[in-house]
Amino acid sequence: MTSALYSSAPDTAVERHTFSVLVENEPGVLARVIGLFSGRGYNIESLTVAEVDRVRRLSRINLVTTGSRMIIEQIKNQLDRLVPIHKVRDLTVEGAHLEREIALIKVVGSGEKRVESLRIADIFRAHVVDSTNTSFVFEMTGRPEKVDAFIRLMEPLGLIEISRAGVVAMSRGTDGI
Amino acid sequence: MTTDPTKTESRAMTGAEILVQALADQGVEVVFGYPGGAVLPIYDALFRQNRVRHILVRHEQGAVHAAEGYARSTGKVGVVLVTSGPGATNCVTGLTDALMDSVPLVCLTGQVPTHMIGNDAFQEADTIGITRPCTKHNYLVKQVGDLSRVVHEAFYIARSGRPGPVVVDLPKNVVMAEGEYTTPSDLDAPRHGSYRPQMEPERAKIEAAIELIANAKRPLFYTGGGIINSGPQAVQKLRELVQLSGYPITNTLMGLGGFPASDKQFLGMLGMHGTYEANLAMAECDVMIAVGARFDDRVTGRLADFSKGSKKIHIDIDPSSINKNVRVELGIVADCGRALDALVEQWKARRCKPDATALKAWWDTISTWRAKDCLRYRQSGEVIKPQYALQRLYELTKGKDVYFTTEVGQHQMWAAQFLKFEEPKRWMTSGGLGTMGYGFPAAMGVQVAHPEALVIDVAGEASFMMNMQELSTMMQYRLPVKAFILNNRYMGMVRQWQEFFHGGRYSESYMDSLPDFVKLAESFGAHGVRATKPEEVDQAIRTMIETPGPVLADILVDQAENVYPMIPGGAAHYEMKLGPDHGELKETTDKGMVLV
Repeated sequence: MTSALYSSAPDTAVERHTFSVLVENEPGVLARVIGLFSGRGYNIESLTVAEVDRVRRLSRINLVTTGSRMIIEQIKNQLDRLVPIHKVRDLTVEGAHLEREIALIKVVGSGEKRVESLRIADIFRAHVVDSTNTSFVFEMTGRPEKVDAFIRLMEPLGLIEISRAGVVAMSRGTDGI
Repeated sequence: MTTDPTKTESRAMTGAEILVQALADQGVEVVFGYPGGAVLPIYDALFRQNRVRHILVRHEQGAVHAAEGYARSTGKVGVVLVTSGPGATNCVTGLTDALMDSVPLVCLTGQVPTHMIGNDAFQEADTIGITRPCTKHNYLVKQVGDLSRVVHEAFYIARSGRPGPVVVDLPKNVVMAEGEYTTPSDLDAPRHGSYRPQMEPERAKIEAAIELIANAKRPLFYTGGGIINSGPQAVQKLRELVQLSGYPITNTLMGLGGFPASDKQFLGMLGMHGTYEANLAMAECDVMIAVGARFDDRVTGRLADFSKGSKKIHIDIDPSSINKNVRVELGIVADCGRALDALVEQWKARRCKPDATALKAWWDTISTWRAKDCLRYRQSGEVIKPQYALQRLYELTKGKDVYFTTEVGQHQMWAAQFLKFEEPKRWMTSGGLGTMGYGFPAAMGVQVAHPEALVIDVAGEASFMMNMQELSTMMQYRLPVKAFILNNRYMGMVRQWQEFFHGGRYSESYMDSLPDFVKLAESFGAHGVRATKPEEVDQAIRTMIETPGPVLADILVDQAENVYPMIPGGAAHYEMKLGPDHGELKETTDKGMVLV
């Protein structure tokens, strides 16, 4: 008997997993996914959705969630059994993958702080997409942790508003979803 | 001029005609429903044909439970037709019940015209939103062109994979519009390529399972409703595998009848009110073979102490049932019938021989548990024991073409303990949701499917009163359902928990101002019979069976009787309590207050 056939040992440690879900682009499909999470008490850390194939009417949901191994496995199976869901991929389990997020960050201030914010934005390769005499809106793209780090640095420099798009994800390598 | 909408192929049809044609092509013989404004065009189309029969219920909840009874006693899809708004919301309990117990249903709900959706129109409800979490899938049909495809797809989804209820919401303008009909055969694959239940087991896993099963020292089969849903192959292959191996088997509440109760290898039902031998065998086994069962909390008790020493094999068609509550060593996603077939084939091919010495020792242990005779009770004095009434009911109906349904509570558990089922689809009970009021309309649906059979709803007086209006339906359609009411003037199971866990304070569990059930029956034009003493029970049962038409049997039973054995909620199998007849004292305490 090969051990690969058997489920692994129980584990209560909380893990963060990123799912990519290919769904039928039809009314109510997002409500089904969200209803599943709220109804069963699962967490949603981030969720993005957009059409990715107009001809086949497919949308892709990228979803970041947390839970024990057993919960994560449940989430995958519960998603998979929804009728309009084509594919569910747990990218975290399946290996190397990319995660990117776009954010708009508004910073208001003047003098030294204003200069400092611009200098840090440069290091992070964030772009200025709007500016007044006393404010900037930065656009930045990167791994969620990079966005977190940038926001932390902006906090003392007059940060007043954040808008984040949520995680988009994809596996590395030659395989498609 | 009247035209039969089911016979018009060439001309343009209205949505209502398309719907009725689709039902007929899906093999639907009967629809349980209740009309209203939004579904009037559909009722008009039903009126002008005679392939699909309609049973007019007295409350929409009754329609859904009747369809459940019909579905579970035949294996076919049950069909419900109701109007918008309250018609649809009244179905929610039944739909949830069907979802929990994996019953294939298609529920057609009327809806206000598409241009009025969202305007708080008269009898408008967000049916799709409301029923999303209590259906396997649901549809809002926005164009008549989608109608036949959606209806065929709904039937396919309801009956395939893990069966369940599907709602199709039908705006009035869609069923009035003209469109084209597509037959089911035009739909080779449903549009949702995304819906593909996994039927075949993985070969390597079957081999691993056989290895575990054949080498077990203290094996146990634990099988559930999945065996019955899967069909005759599963039932037959399960018998074969249990016979070949000589291993013991226990059934869940939903699985009763999946294996013959009279077989020596059958340990009875397991779980909270299961037998002592079944639950201790679960606790002590070294290999557990779970097939079509879902490790419900009423089965497992305290999870941390659930069958700690066993390796578990779990076969289920629903991947989300595996590793949901209990971690198993080997999960096999497949149809039960095909998996059992593969197991039997492997068992034979490998000429498996169980360890005879170990198996003998295991059966010896089980015999000592059986010797406790855990369901023993004493019928003495003037008061009818509910167990006695059920035992007599079983004896007097044995060998007949009989179907049983139940309501929910003490009577349900006693029925599960004292009625014995030799074959599947004879026992219909609300297991997952625990819906009081299920049994009487469900019995009605069973009777519609089996007009010549004896159909008995084992009820409590409290549950019976939740859907007793259906007696009127039974009178109208001459459905001779028998309600066997174990009347203890209490919500018995609530009272039992209050006695055990809430200091004997019977808060609101007493049924006051009960009707005279005999007169109640008579007021509907049905027959009523009553037994108040043990010696009257047999006669009451005989009269109930022999009287044509619906009968209410009011059996006045011991008010203080409790269901034993019992694993208190959240306790472990080895903490099982036997009854006072076994010398164990009843406890009246606040300490045991339990969470589940």
